[in-house]
Amino acid sequence: MSDVTATARAEILDRIRRATSDRPSPQPIVRNYRTAGTTEADVELFVDRLVDYRATVHRGTPDQIEAILAARGIAQVIVPDGFDQSWLPTIGQLREPLGITELDSAAGVVTTCAVAVAETGTIVLDAGPGQGRRALSLIPDYHLVVVRAEQILASVPDAIAVLDPTRPLTWISGPSATSDIELKRVEGVHGPRTLDVLLLT
Amino acid sequence: MRVALFITCLADGLYPDVAKATVGLLERLGHEVEVPLQQSCCGQMHINTGYPREAVPLIRNHVDAFAGYDAIVAPSASCTASIRHQHGEVASSIGDASLIASTAEIAARTYELSEFLTDVLEVTDVGAYYPHRVTYHPTCHSLRLLRVGDRPLQLLRQVRGIDLVELPDAESCCGFGGTFALKNPDVSTAMLADKMQNVLQTRAEVCAAGDSSCLMHIGGGLSRLKVGVRTVHLAEILAST
Amino acid sequence: MTFLGMPAASLTGGNLDGEQPFPEAARLSVGNAQLRRNLGAATHTIRGKRAAVVSELPDWQELRAAGAAIKDDVLANLERYLLQLEQQVTARGGTVHWARDAQEANRIVTDLVKATGASEVVKVKSMATQEIGLNEALEQAGIEAFETDLAELIVQLGHDKPSHILVPAIHRNRSEIREIFLREMPDVDPALTDVPAALAEAARGHLRRKFLTAEVAISGANFAVAETGTLAVVESEGNGRMCLTLPKTLITVMGIEKLVPTWRDLEVFLQLLPRSSTGERMNPYTSMWTGAVEGQQFHLVLLDNGRTATLADPQGRSALRCIRCSACLNVCPVYERAGGHAYGSVYPGPIGAVLSPQLTGVDRNPSLPYASTLCGACYDVCPVAIDIPSMLVHLRARVVDDKREQHRLPSPEQAAMAAASWTMRDSRRWTRALRAVRLSKPLRGWRLLPPPLSSWISSRDLPAAPAQSFRDWWTEREKSRDE
Repeated sequence: MSDVTATARAEILDRIRRATSDRPSPQPIVRNYRTAGTTEADVELFVDRLVDYRATVHRGTPDQIEAILAARGIAQVIVPDGFDQSWLPTIGQLREPLGITELDSAAGVVTTCAVAVAETGTIVLDAGPGQGRRALSLIPDYHLVVVRAEQILASVPDAIAVLDPTRPLTWISGPSATSDIELKRVEGVHGPRTLDVLLLT
Repeated sequence: MRVALFITCLADGLYPDVAKATVGLLERLGHEVEVPLQQSCCGQMHINTGYPREAVPLIRNHVDAFAGYDAIVAPSASCTASIRHQHGEVASSIGDASLIASTAEIAARTYELSEFLTDVLEVTDVGAYYPHRVTYHPTCHSLRLLRVGDRPLQLLRQVRGIDLVELPDAESCCGFGGTFALKNPDVSTAMLADKMQNVLQTRAEVCAAGDSSCLMHIGGGLSRLKVGVRTVHLAEILAST
Repeated sequence: MTFLGMPAASLTGGNLDGEQPFPEAARLSVGNAQLRRNLGAATHTIRGKRAAVVSELPDWQELRAAGAAIKDDVLANLERYLLQLEQQVTARGGTVHWARDAQEANRIVTDLVKATGASEVVKVKSMATQEIGLNEALEQAGIEAFETDLAELIVQLGHDKPSHILVPAIHRNRSEIREIFLREMPDVDPALTDVPAALAEAARGHLRRKFLTAEVAISGANFAVAETGTLAVVESEGNGRMCLTLPKTLITVMGIEKLVPTWRDLEVFLQLLPRSSTGERMNPYTSMWTGAVEGQQFHLVLLDNGRTATLADPQGRSALRCIRCSACLNVCPVYERAGGHAYGSVYPGPIGAVLSPQLTGVDRNPSLPYASTLCGACYDVCPVAIDIPSMLVHLRARVVDDKREQHRLPSPEQAAMAAASWTMRDSRRWTRALRAVRLSKPLRGWRLLPPPLSSWISSRDLPAAPAQSFRDWWTEREKSRDE
């Protein structure tokens, strides 16, 4: 640490001590909201939320993956390490290591996920098996996520309870969107503009 | 029950008919009303403009004037809110224990008119007759400081002959805001223009509210427009037979 | 009230006050019909969306109370949590820097960028870097900063200033945005329409290359978890993910109050924030990272810039609970008419009216605490229950006290307030004063009155003075009853 930043650090901490010399005694934190484990996950709600975000939801088995990709006109897809090979018997695969240019020119990416939240229509990626590093699910314009039914949790507290904060986490709720023009939501900016979800039943 | 009227300084000086109507209404409902003449102003204008120090003598005068009554009724949500929420804070800020106690005492017994009628007297039909088309503006302090909810509307709905019409965007502020109207005249006037447009859209003859201050602002604007719409305090409608 | 020995705001640099007092700046914007239409349409849209998604949660008030209590805990134990955060970030390969004010923060960031050899940076929308004027500081050092959030891009390309916390270009409608893009984007399709999706697509095309080649990114942070060292950025477009993920060096500038104590606390704020800000159940993307990840260099700059001065006022400190959702702006009737620029600070609206004067000291923003009718709509929607109206009233008293200290002679307002207090504290004086009201009767028809009454009669008539005050009427009635 440089001398300047050490001085700044000491001074800020000293200011904080003086500013709170009245020893504020805040109200206790009461968690009487719906905490983890208090609500049942509702798969229909999850689907409803995703559709509301303009994601496309498919329900079925892994052998549908290639058909979903084919319907989108995707002949070659990025496949992260740990993604079940048996789910992609025939399609062309792009595998790591991949450079930025390769990611940018790829038609799409398939991943699994860590958990999902029904109430908010959110899918969380934690760079675990089948998900890869963050750039893989970001740069291609198309993203297909495979979600197992048991990964769908009821609420945000349920997800927080099982996620590991030391892993890089990406919470995805629909395709990339913006509300910056007249505060109306429109889909499709920098992230994948098309989000397909395959819900394994 | 010993009931005292807090006239409010604005009604005392500029809108005496509002205070007369409040007295008349309460007497008609069988309650004797006392008016301690030591009262003047709650001090809200001073507090809200940044002069709590100058408000202290007014607060002292107020708690002295109203000591000993079972209920204190004011035809103003804004003044009631100041008594209920601000008097104690000002007393605390100067660390005056006896003033803290007396402001708490008075605050607990002070009611805005619609609260007093519906909660204490438990009446909604006050026997009024008012054959006019009326729209009601819920003032900000009645809504968001006192949380009177639909109490004034419960009372108005029981008035015979009334044609009560809903005000669009009713819960938006009219733009008065005490000294705000003087310090920020352009924004205040822009807010007033929207409020008046909503009032005019209802084709009501009368715009009613529970605060003379907001009505002074809305009424002053409507008078300037010369559109023939009047502003009338809730108390005057309820007192009318 | 003065706070002896307490940290006082003494800021160098930054965008926290304007050149004009609020009423004068607001006069210009109120007169701009296009601006008022844009703001009115946008704020009414978002009000409805917010109300709908908030009413969906049965435990909203419980979440709100928990959010307030968690933030109050942060403020009460700020030193401990900051040290914990520093330790966690450092242990996971990040570097923590401390900045007392805007100038110091700008110097730290500029030096970090220079050390990488980069001459360009990409930026994620960040209020903290707007506050300190980082882009201007980088420009002076020969480093070009590219804003990547759509609204920030509109502001930057329009050579404009932000006017809203969440949507800095809220004052622009689609056709104005189209004109800015056509004028400023060299590679844009000349047939660009003003359909929002087409405008979003144009932004995508314009920024794509920047994202893929940027060496350094600068971000803010919505939350930092003291317990784990985790940082969170909540966004919509994916520009945040691009900046946080692709460049080799990531520099995050964050106000020291943006902490939460534990990982679990995010379960509260990730529900409160999106519903309050964009009126969505969840924003499209939230990124979280702890220390340096996936081979990146990570620097965290912790910024004071008036926050400790705000913390020192027991009646003002809860402004530091703010999570920058901007719900209070969207419901504020004053903001809706005046627009964000009138506030002169990067923090406009109700929260800006309490935060800006505290960050700068009330002497630099004396008109902002008065930029409110105290209607209370802001408090109702605040997801961390900041009692903004009461705080405005408190800050008005600080403004008056500050003016008293600066000037020996009382201002006309001070004299009038003192006189009114003297008259009204005594019922005999008050009774006589009310009789004098009758004498003002002829005033009603006048069109020329001295200030401040002149501003009243510019658009409103004065009430007719009654023949008799209520108390005189009452006294007569009591007498006639006794007889």
